[in-house]
Amino acid sequence: MKFDTIIIGGGLSGLTCALRLQAGGRRCAVISAGQSALHFSSGSFDLLGLRADRSEIESPLDEVKHLREMHPYHKLGDKLPHYAAQAESLLAQWGIRVKGDARKNHFRYTPMGGLRPTWLTFSELAVADDSNACPGERVLVANFPGFLDFNTSFITDALCSRGAKCEVCLLDMDSVNRLRVSSTEMRAANIAKVFESEEALGELIAKINQMADGYDCVVLPAVFGFSDAGLATRIEEGVRTGVAFLPAMPPSVAGIRTQKQLRTEFERMGGVFIPGDEVVRADIEDGEVKKIYTRNHGEMGFSASNYVLATGHFMSGGLKADAQGVYEPVFGSDVYYLADRGEWFDKDFFRPQAYSTFGVETDAHCKVLFGARASKNLYAAGSVLCGADAMHELCGGGVSLLTALYVADEILK
Amino acid sequence: MEKCIYFYFEIKQQNVAAEKYCPIKWQYLDCDKYKQTEMKPIRKENEFDVIIVGGGITGVGTARDCALRGLKALLLERFDFATGATGRNHGLLHSGARYAVTDEESATECIRENMILRRVARHCVEEHDGLFISLPEDDINYQTTFVEACRKAGIRADVIDPRQARIMEPSVNPALIGAVRVPDGSVDPFRLSTANVIDAREHGAVVKTYSEVVSLIRDGQRIIGVTVFNHYTHQTEEFYAPLTINAGGIWGHGIAAKVGIRVDMFPAKGSLLIFGHRVNNMVLNRCRKPANADILVPGDTVCVIGTTSSRVPFEECDHLSVTADEVDLLLSEGMKLAPELATTRILRAYAGVRPLVAADNDPSGRNISRGIVLMDHATRDGVEGFATITGGKLMTYRLMAEWATDLACRKLGVDKKCTTMTEPLPGSREEEVKTTARHHDMKPHVEASAFYRHGERAAKIDARNDLDTSLVCECEGVTVGEINYAVNELHVHSLVDLRKRTRLGMGTCQAEMCACRAAGIMGEALGCGHKAQDDLRSFLNERWKGVEPVAWGDTLRESEYSQWVYNAVCGME
Repeated sequence: MKFDTIIIGGGLSGLTCALRLQAGGRRCAVISAGQSALHFSSGSFDLLGLRADRSEIESPLDEVKHLREMHPYHKLGDKLPHYAAQAESLLAQWGIRVKGDARKNHFRYTPMGGLRPTWLTFSELAVADDSNACPGERVLVANFPGFLDFNTSFITDALCSRGAKCEVCLLDMDSVNRLRVSSTEMRAANIAKVFESEEALGELIAKINQMADGYDCVVLPAVFGFSDAGLATRIEEGVRTGVAFLPAMPPSVAGIRTQKQLRTEFERMGGVFIPGDEVVRADIEDGEVKKIYTRNHGEMGFSASNYVLATGHFMSGGLKADAQGVYEPVFGSDVYYLADRGEWFDKDFFRPQAYSTFGVETDAHCKVLFGARASKNLYAAGSVLCGADAMHELCGGGVSLLTALYVADEILK
Repeated sequence: MEKCIYFYFEIKQQNVAAEKYCPIKWQYLDCDKYKQTEMKPIRKENEFDVIIVGGGITGVGTARDCALRGLKALLLERFDFATGATGRNHGLLHSGARYAVTDEESATECIRENMILRRVARHCVEEHDGLFISLPEDDINYQTTFVEACRKAGIRADVIDPRQARIMEPSVNPALIGAVRVPDGSVDPFRLSTANVIDAREHGAVVKTYSEVVSLIRDGQRIIGVTVFNHYTHQTEEFYAPLTINAGGIWGHGIAAKVGIRVDMFPAKGSLLIFGHRVNNMVLNRCRKPANADILVPGDTVCVIGTTSSRVPFEECDHLSVTADEVDLLLSEGMKLAPELATTRILRAYAGVRPLVAADNDPSGRNISRGIVLMDHATRDGVEGFATITGGKLMTYRLMAEWATDLACRKLGVDKKCTTMTEPLPGSREEEVKTTARHHDMKPHVEASAFYRHGERAAKIDARNDLDTSLVCECEGVTVGEINYAVNELHVHSLVDLRKRTRLGMGTCQAEMCACRAAGIMGEALGCGHKAQDDLRSFLNERWKGVEPVAWGDTLRESEYSQWVYNAVCGME
């Protein structure tokens, strides 16, 4: 099968790049191996949230210059603000409702009730302007009985320490309780499916209203809107007090919805999305990818003028490690990593880890290197790139979106 | 005479040196009627017959034996049960075969205790037997020596045809040239410790964890009690007893040193690796003189290869870490037993210190006797009221406890025989665990896990409503009800303690999501979200400590996900 561009990876950066190229008139295919990291989203896209000294960044665009030399943002140079603005408008165009502005970070709530600086947050989630905010003064934190991924004791503890008065209540509803028939089912995505029903939604709103007297805000886990972000708005409209949706532990309902929406939009524009398949090998001649072969399509293979590697970091399988070293499993491209395995990790789980910055090496145009020479037609985008520490710089969403748009421009040139 | 004892305790209250008034008091304490004396009415909450220092398997076993024989026992542990060597070994239910050639005494003790534990600790034991295999590079003649030595020690040892061995244990190295089947098995040391604690307590023992002995209280040449610092309340307390038993394992060296007594321990570190699933179903050993990394033990859902052996300074015993060289050695040797290990995910690495008693200058620590050492410091060092039980191994803990308790009874004039070789531990009491009506809501696999872990005591786990049966840890099938049972009844102060009581977070994901869920439940139980969050932090670091030395392949993939969730999504620092 022949395409103009084949994108390997159906996550945030792969789909963003594919959508942009498809809109630019290129015929694209996305080969996706499975779930993307969007399923485990924090509920926000970070651009740049923390400095190396862990202090919070207010204006991310001004701080990019302080990042380490190999950070992927440097490849974008002074066009970084342009790509950030473009991402904001394209997301809106593709039906992804987010709030935020690259010029100034806002704060997202964490599942522990804490606040973290971020760039764009899915519309239904609560946000704040400063790191000492609360969603209300008298807050009712509501949860479903047995939904252990929404930690009400941590949330009330955090909100109380910031001056709110908090109570916890349980939303005892047969339609949700039924999930416990299987003891592993009480998870965010399954609860979201329950509230696809009008009846359950109505019952929920009534139940909250019964308990909301005397509070100015009800905090709920963000487990609504598997296919429609508007569900949250309907709860907000139905409930007499204010409502704040706080993210629960993964999976993220908003993240899953976003991945689905991006895929739907890509297919609506004529793109070909190949789910559940994996590239197993490639014909490469003199740094030029000629053909790739997948597990499901055997010897038939896929070919294109350009290829984009957007397979993610270790977590997504884009990078692999064994006891000897780190490699990129699809093309065997050059990978930056430390030779001494003893230096990959910090002994403290919560400190920056060297392995976070490992990844595929590229030239200034995001063209993948083979033996230090740039490939003619293979680009890399998103977290497979070396140089970023998404967890401690809080830049994961930004790297995925911005490098994807940059690579699309390079291909469209 | 009785009056004198009475007098002594009164004086002690007034902080007056008792000796001055009653120089012969302690001889009287040794009298047979001690238990029936008049002192009972005046005994205070901080007065006991015997104080046992150390909550490892030896300490908890001794506390149980003392309690069963009617002594009022106090067990003190500076952290949690099974924190030291008890929880840091293979979990091998030794048949004794490994020692048969080199140490007949240990081998004989092992097989005897092996058979006892199968009866009295059924819910802690898996009886799957083991193979001692010879590989082409091994001397096959050793097999004959080995089998003879086993039989001499009373260990059943059947020579098996290599082809038959491959059918019995498909994971075994197909190149093997010989195999001997022996009654090895596996034992869960955490479960075994907990069962001993429960029984000790139910027989009147007082058990205090996170209670560190900071000094021994001396009265002339006699130890009359201990001063204890509680790590949770930050308070210092004193406890008194005519006998203090030091069961501190490798740390026993430091406890004895507090009163100037030298117990020459030999800290020999051993590192081990846990694999992500159960590759073998029988224990695999090399049929040769004991060496590095030549035992692969299946247990629960995993299997464990070990160990290395190297001498470490005492200061290191509290901060052991596994080096890359040790990991590589364990892997390369382990593959010789079961080649499949080469492609099996490694869950974590850990290390323990063998509490061996130094006997010579063997630099590897391997040739030191694993025999039991009981020291009565009255006869050895002229210090009354103090004894040390050390050496030995997990397999012989019960016998060590018996020896120590025999000594205590002798000193206190109590004439009671040991019953621990026949009296089943709680959890192993009912012949067949019946599903009780109140557990009808528990899903069959979750119920099976609970009974597997707690034996008939699983009936104490609440399963009355949906909340109780909600799953917290999916890998190991741990419910909210089981966590509440552990928190309320099994001395759980932290997530690490909880892990040891329930296996929470010990499965393939190494506590990815269950850590946060369990922390939330603990937060509610303790009424403090803040403390629970600090605890979650230490728990994740404790898991990471074992994962980090082997973080490649799927282990790194999983770790990055965990770090993403807790660092980035949750914003924990």
